[in-house]
Amino acid sequence: HIATSLPLPSEGDHLRPRIDLIVFMIDIKSKYSLKNVETSLAYVDASFFLGKVCFLVTGVGRMNACNIDTSAVCKLGEAYCSPVLFCELELEGVRVATAQRLLRMLQICAGHIPGVSALSLVSLMRKSDDD
Amino acid sequence: MDETVAEYIRRTVLKIPRDEIKMMLQKWGFLSEAQLQTLNFHQIKDNISQEVVQLCEENSAGIKQAAVLDIIYNHIYQNKRMWSVYQMKESGEELECFDITDFKKRFKARLRSALKNVTITFKEYEDNAIWIRVAWGTPYKKPNQYKPSYVVYHSQTPYVFISASVLKSNLPLLCQALIVASNYREIREMELRSHSLNSLKDIVFKRYSQNFQTYSPKPLQERNVEPENADTRIVQENRSEKERVHRLNHEAFGSGPQPQLEFAQYRLETMFKCAPKMDVLDKKEPFRCLVKFSSPNLLESLKSLAPAGMADAPLSPLLTCIPHKARNYFKIREKKGVFPESFVSP
Repeated sequence: HIATSLPLPSEGDHLRPRIDLIVFMIDIKSKYSLKNVETSLAYVDASFFLGKVCFLVTGVGRMNACNIDTSAVCKLGEAYCSPVLFCELELEGVRVATAQRLLRMLQICAGHIPGVSALSLVSLMRKSDDD
Repeated sequence: MDETVAEYIRRTVLKIPRDEIKMMLQKWGFLSEAQLQTLNFHQIKDNISQEVVQLCEENSAGIKQAAVLDIIYNHIYQNKRMWSVYQMKESGEELECFDITDFKKRFKARLRSALKNVTITFKEYEDNAIWIRVAWGTPYKKPNQYKPSYVVYHSQTPYVFISASVLKSNLPLLCQALIVASNYREIREMELRSHSLNSLKDIVFKRYSQNFQTYSPKPLQERNVEPENADTRIVQENRSEKERVHRLNHEAFGSGPQPQLEFAQYRLETMFKCAPKMDVLDKKEPFRCLVKFSSPNLLESLKSLAPAGMADAPLSPLLTCIPHKARNYFKIREKKGVFPESFVSP
């Protein structure tokens, strides 16, 4: 399900399946996308932040057009205990690899991988220097 | 043949890309097919232009013929020049049929009565466009062939497109000659400028696809908002919003390609509005500010803003009115009255 911001329109409430993973996409070229994500986060139930939320920063292939503060994004990830991924969608290889990563995360969050929970995945993904 | 003419022809040929020289010389028609055959178009341009000059020498070319070659070059590369649009008003009482010979005669007479040293050349094209080239001199100097003005006039319309040379002082004279020749009383410059002559024509002749308000009781179902989204596993949560944006955008811009303009300029003479406590600029003077939008194709980029999520729909009418109002230069002043909104001056 693709949405431009949260909260989701209520018309589709009855058609929506269970949400297993929320990926917030931030375009490195757009200050507005970061702001939008920050405001949308307020509408997410706290239980999602136990490994079912991920931040995806796109457009990192064009750092010369960077308009956001990447350290602020990393701080956002820390504040919400969620991983931050960086990718470049215009490169097919990176795009495919990122999709596979997200798919893997989704499988875990949906409970399809026995022995690994969303929470354990997130603690595995945390950077070692955080401890 | 005059040395200055020879030099002028040489320099004109040098401007032409090598692959196009033969075609342009053929269009010119001054050199015979036999003479063109003797030219080697595979050598460096310097040599080609020298050979062309020699052939022109054989045919005793004068400035008149050289000027025609220049018109042909500028007609093909019209987008290299900046064009302004002028509108003529109040034609004479009699409804005369347009006579091209009369027009040329009157134009030349009017110009020459004010300034003896001018070179005036005409060329007509199939789309009813009359191209006029004027090279300007002074009472004491021969015309400068390297800084001519070009005028494009469609006789069935009151519009004239002018690419003035740097010597702007000759503009009033040119305008005078135009209204006398075409039997109008007034001419005024429109606030519309661009490199793309065809787009300017599209705007003033209303040839671009405008969106006419048609009555449709519900959104047209068959229009596919997201054609590439054929994968039914992807669900758009904000579909109705996307459709609203598309509909508003379509109403503002129509469905066809937009005329090509390179910029829009807004000169603001409005009051600076700030939070009441800030006390900045409390002298009641307008805050003068110039806002300029530039783009290789401004209208297309404005059209793509809302669907790309970069601007809210509907876009400001100050932006969407550009083709309808046929202007891309605006002066915005404070509206004096009960509701202090800004308005666009004529």
